[in-house]
Amino acid sequence: MSLGRRIVMALAAPVLAIGFAVLLSSIVLVISGSDPFQAYKDMIGNATRLEIVVDMLNRGTPLFISGIAAAIGFRMNLFNIGVEGQYQLAAFFAAVVGAHIFLPSVLHVAAIVLVAMVVGAAWSGLAGWLKVRRGINEVIATIMLNAIALSGILAWLTVEWRDGPLTPNSGTKRIAESGWLPDLNSWLEVFTREITGGRELSAVLLFAIVAGIVYHVFLNRTRAGYDLRVSGYNAGAARAGGVRSDRMIITAMIYSGAMAGLVGLVDILSRYHRFDADFFSGLGFAGIAVALIGRNKAFGMAIGALLFAFMDVSSPILQITKSATREIVTILQGTILLASVVAYAAVSRYRQRDEARVAAALLAEKGVA
Amino acid sequence: MRKHLSFAVLLAAFALVVAACGDDDAATTTAAPTTAATTTTAATTTSAGETTTTAPAVVVPDFCLEIPGAAEAVADGTGVTVGLTFDLLGRGDQSFNDAAACGADWARFYFGVGINEITPTDEAARATDLQLQAENSPIVIGNGFSFEAAFPAVCENNPDVNFAITDTSMLNFGATPPAPYCDNARGMVFAEHEGSYLVGVAAALKSETGKIGFIGGVSGIGLIEKFEAGFIAGAKSINPDIEVVSEYVSAFPDFAGFASPDRGKEIALAMYGEGADVVYAAAGLTGSGMFAGAKEYSEANDVHVWGIGVDSDQYLTVGEELQPYVLTSMIKRVDVAVFYAIYDHLTGNFTAGPSTYDLAAGGVGYSTSGGFIDDITDQIDAAIAQIVSGEVVVPTDPTTIP
Repeated sequence: MSLGRRIVMALAAPVLAIGFAVLLSSIVLVISGSDPFQAYKDMIGNATRLEIVVDMLNRGTPLFISGIAAAIGFRMNLFNIGVEGQYQLAAFFAAVVGAHIFLPSVLHVAAIVLVAMVVGAAWSGLAGWLKVRRGINEVIATIMLNAIALSGILAWLTVEWRDGPLTPNSGTKRIAESGWLPDLNSWLEVFTREITGGRELSAVLLFAIVAGIVYHVFLNRTRAGYDLRVSGYNAGAARAGGVRSDRMIITAMIYSGAMAGLVGLVDILSRYHRFDADFFSGLGFAGIAVALIGRNKAFGMAIGALLFAFMDVSSPILQITKSATREIVTILQGTILLASVVAYAAVSRYRQRDEARVAAALLAEKGVA
Repeated sequence: MRKHLSFAVLLAAFALVVAACGDDDAATTTAAPTTAATTTTAATTTSAGETTTTAPAVVVPDFCLEIPGAAEAVADGTGVTVGLTFDLLGRGDQSFNDAAACGADWARFYFGVGINEITPTDEAARATDLQLQAENSPIVIGNGFSFEAAFPAVCENNPDVNFAITDTSMLNFGATPPAPYCDNARGMVFAEHEGSYLVGVAAALKSETGKIGFIGGVSGIGLIEKFEAGFIAGAKSINPDIEVVSEYVSAFPDFAGFASPDRGKEIALAMYGEGADVVYAAAGLTGSGMFAGAKEYSEANDVHVWGIGVDSDQYLTVGEELQPYVLTSMIKRVDVAVFYAIYDHLTGNFTAGPSTYDLAAGGVGYSTSGGFIDDITDQIDAAIAQIVSGEVVVPTDPTTIP
């Protein structure tokens, strides 16, 4: 395939997906009695404000990390639905431990991060262990473990270990200031004007960037990453090649869970510094969508996470300007997910057929057939 | 991989469809009662001041109760926008959020204010949504205790904006003595246990089986337990031997219990099946499932069992086919609190700090729509007198009731 053709092929899927999504969304908007051009104008006008960019990055950060956590499993052919339970449990224990230890600031933050990763890894590793030792499908195991973590452990302990009287908004004890992550506002303001409205760009963004790079390098440049990918492509071949599949399953689940542990840190390290009723839930499932849109690639997932974050921050402005109902955002997110999956499938099928045709032409030329 | 991927896609697509449908249902069920009960013409300012549209008419939904003293309240709200921020279900939950919407709708009707409505997409959107409201409106309402964590930072960052939040006192209990978070934020709390006591009295008087039920939305937050405690205490004041079965739909931090009509129906059917003939649901939208369950059980067994509504007068919100099963409702006047927060802002009398809406202040009460409890209002009113005089102190914790 020529270089030009290859570039066209690489760009075809995302361009097709976005075009398809915009078309479909416009139809939905028209049917629901809204003006799609006005809605898009409001969304883009809103999202280009510096303050909203900060909101968007703060929302995109945990989405991206959650996407990586899901993608690690996907790459290994493991469907870890348990990110939801893993990250909430991890954030809870990180908040509790963080509030009860007193260390110099860097160590304090490091300890909180470590607790989160270990708890996430342990809860996820449990599902891996159940799969290897007891033959329990990881989908079932992680769904069950979600329920145990959320409706069992968290429901019990958030009340039991709350700080102060039982109020509707009970939470864990607040972490001392040494365990807070400084915001990145001053970094961003070097390039822009001052950020208003008390918005703080969470430094967990840096964690996410590092996580994305580590994920990419690990998968593509290390032996363990290679083993993991091969096991995902063809478990039988990997086994024949000397990869111990049971160990790989547990390892992948532990990596996935450790990554999941980082998802809740925006709330714990930057926003509320405790675990309470306002804790950001639902990110585990959203991460699956991000991994799907990003095709499990770090860059793709970053785009997917930002796209979802863009949709989320658009919801309130559409409600205020009344250019569309709030349900439209959910529909748009679904449309984009669907469009990207369909577009990738279509392009990959076309590419296969194209390659087959080229090969056939080559063979015919040489007179083999 | 392929199989798993397509499963994931299906799952995700399904989830999205379900989510969209859920919202849709809520929207359509309430679209119907929005027929103009009271209309007047006024110009309303929308959005960030860019788009100014002239609304054809101000509509206050049929099910909105009259606000005591509203007719005498005079204020000019022309050009003033109220940032009305709902809890997750938004307008159309037939209960708590609709009550807040009524308060704002009445303010639009009487004062001509504009309303910027935002319903957060999730917990993390609360803080950013409030900030956006504060940038566009001089008075911002947050409906629900869930806004409490987000509020202190937002009210501090916007000292020129007045904030009013329901279901929390906005007191910082970390300080001794507890002090208000901000001097521009009002916390509006209600004596739900006192209101629930009244419907408990009604339930005990109307029950023929000596067994009644309580469905709570979400346990562990200390809020719904107040409803349960008041309900049980009220029922036992009439019949000390009455049996009360209680069940919560979900436990903190899972808030699905406020939005699960299907679970509400299941639990109600189980309670009716066990012999309870009056069930009280303090569970937001979930309660609509209880009324559906009451209808189904009554028709299937040729009996008549009752449901008791919450927050709004649910006789007026459930729809005609379920009305015969709404015995009464524990009314929590969120609308009154919201209406007067706006009024106080417009007249320059906005006060910060906690304000309590108890039985004596008319903040909670019971409804008589449908006329099913007309024969026992004397006894309920006697209970009101006892509570207001302090003769009866209603408990807030169900575990303290013997």
